[in-house]
Amino acid sequence: MNDQTISFATIIQEDFEQILSAWLRNQAIEGVKRTDLVSPRETEAQSRELLAALSRALKTAGIGDDFNFSNPAWDPVREALEQITDSRTQRGVSPTEMFWFIASIKQGIFERLKNTVPDNSNHLIDEVWNATRLINQLALYAIDTFVQKREAIIERQQSEMTEVSAPVVKVWDRIVTVPLLGTLDSFRAQTVMENLLEAIVQREAQVAIIDITGVATVDTMVAQHLLKTAAAVRLMGADCVICGISPKIAQTIVHLGVDLPNVTTRADLQSGLAYAYERIGLRVVAMKD
Amino acid sequence: MTLARSSDIVFARETAMKAMAKIGASAVKRTKFVTAVSEIARNAIIYGGGGAISFRIEGVAPTIRVVAECKDGGPGIADMDLALKDGYTTGSGLGLGLSGARRLVDRFNIVSSSKTGTTVTLESYAR
Ligand SMILES: Nc1ncnc2c1ncn2[C@@H]1O[C@H](COP(=O)(O)OP(=O)(O)OP(=O)(O)O)[C@@H](O)[C@H]1O
Ligand SMILES: [Mg+2]
Repeated sequence: MNDQTISFATIIQEDFEQILSAWLRNQAIEGVKRTDLVSPRETEAQSRELLAALSRALKTAGIGDDFNFSNPAWDPVREALEQITDSRTQRGVSPTEMFWFIASIKQGIFERLKNTVPDNSNHLIDEVWNATRLINQLALYAIDTFVQKREAIIERQQSEMTEVSAPVVKVWDRIVTVPLLGTLDSFRAQTVMENLLEAIVQREAQVAIIDITGVATVDTMVAQHLLKTAAAVRLMGADCVICGISPKIAQTIVHLGVDLPNVTTRADLQSGLAYAYERIGLRVVAMKD
Repeated sequence: MTLARSSDIVFARETAMKAMAKIGASAVKRTKFVTAVSEIARNAIIYGGGGAISFRIEGVAPTIRVVAECKDGGPGIADMDLALKDGYTTGSGLGLGLSGARRLVDRFNIVSSSKTGTTVTLESYAR
């Protein structure tokens, strides 16, 4: 074989089994095999699958100057990587271990290149570079996959939080309240408004109490959402009272320059309730004995 | 820390809160500073196309203070006087973010150009 035709692509294709067993050995040496989390058989199947996808892709995809990992030729490799990363990290393999898991393919390939390509050859350096670039790319893709999965989980948890943290409660005939907790971003604000307006219709409410005791920061965005919600409640023919405005929030709102015209506000929930009772013509009185 | 999405604003606020707690700031001071940070960080994301914010503590008591520096690589603000006016907005806001933030802190500085983007510095004492 002419040394110019020996490339890391041909090595993976022709010495597949050796490269695979060298990789599995190196996984163990680097301590990233995690036999406590993933069985050796599964790890072998995963490694074999990835290497096979790699070997197939290398038949058509360029790895020289035309290397581009987003090329469709790499689709099967990316898919295999996503599956493996997903399966391993879900069982508790760390991102660092995942990175080394992939990166440890290199050694077997380099070893093989060293033994087949003559010393001091520029070609050897070129091939080492091509292999390094590709395998680093694979390892980084595994990390990206991991991060994306995490973000998806966080986003899902966020929307679950939105659902549970904006419950509209009927406190009395014709009085509903929504206690706001945490951060009122645009998405949550929209949900709160929808839930509240819906509840006003369903419960035939006449007063809506928005309790912001649990909102840490009232900035211009939160203020704008509150104003919009109050305006919408009024448009539905109900009264709106915002309560739970602490002294520090009150001072901050004043300095911000936010005006709350036509919006009824009360310091705490009790005063908010008192206002609501009054609006529907009720009074709370002490029992006489 | 990076400012790219709205969840980053939450993180910036939390960090601002921790820094203010560290210098022993009063509850009102904390809330004011955190609110100002929220405004500036949101502007950097909405109008500046994203950026970064950093916090540091400077000085010693009684002038110990938290300094926030928020930088973006956006188009800058062409008319600063106008942007700092109450109620002026080119978006759909209340137009109170910049002017309000200025009133909420002890020192406010803004540098902006179309080449360098916008950098806002906010400072707050403990009391
Ligand atoms: N970082 C920035 N880069 C470019 N333009 C900005 C930046 N910050 C503010 N501006 C401009 O200044 C205007 C006023 O900003 P300000 O924060 O006071 O109001 P707003 O963001 O429009 O509304 P609000 O903050 O009340 O929700 C903005 O509408 C925008 O045109
Ligand atoms: Mg703003």
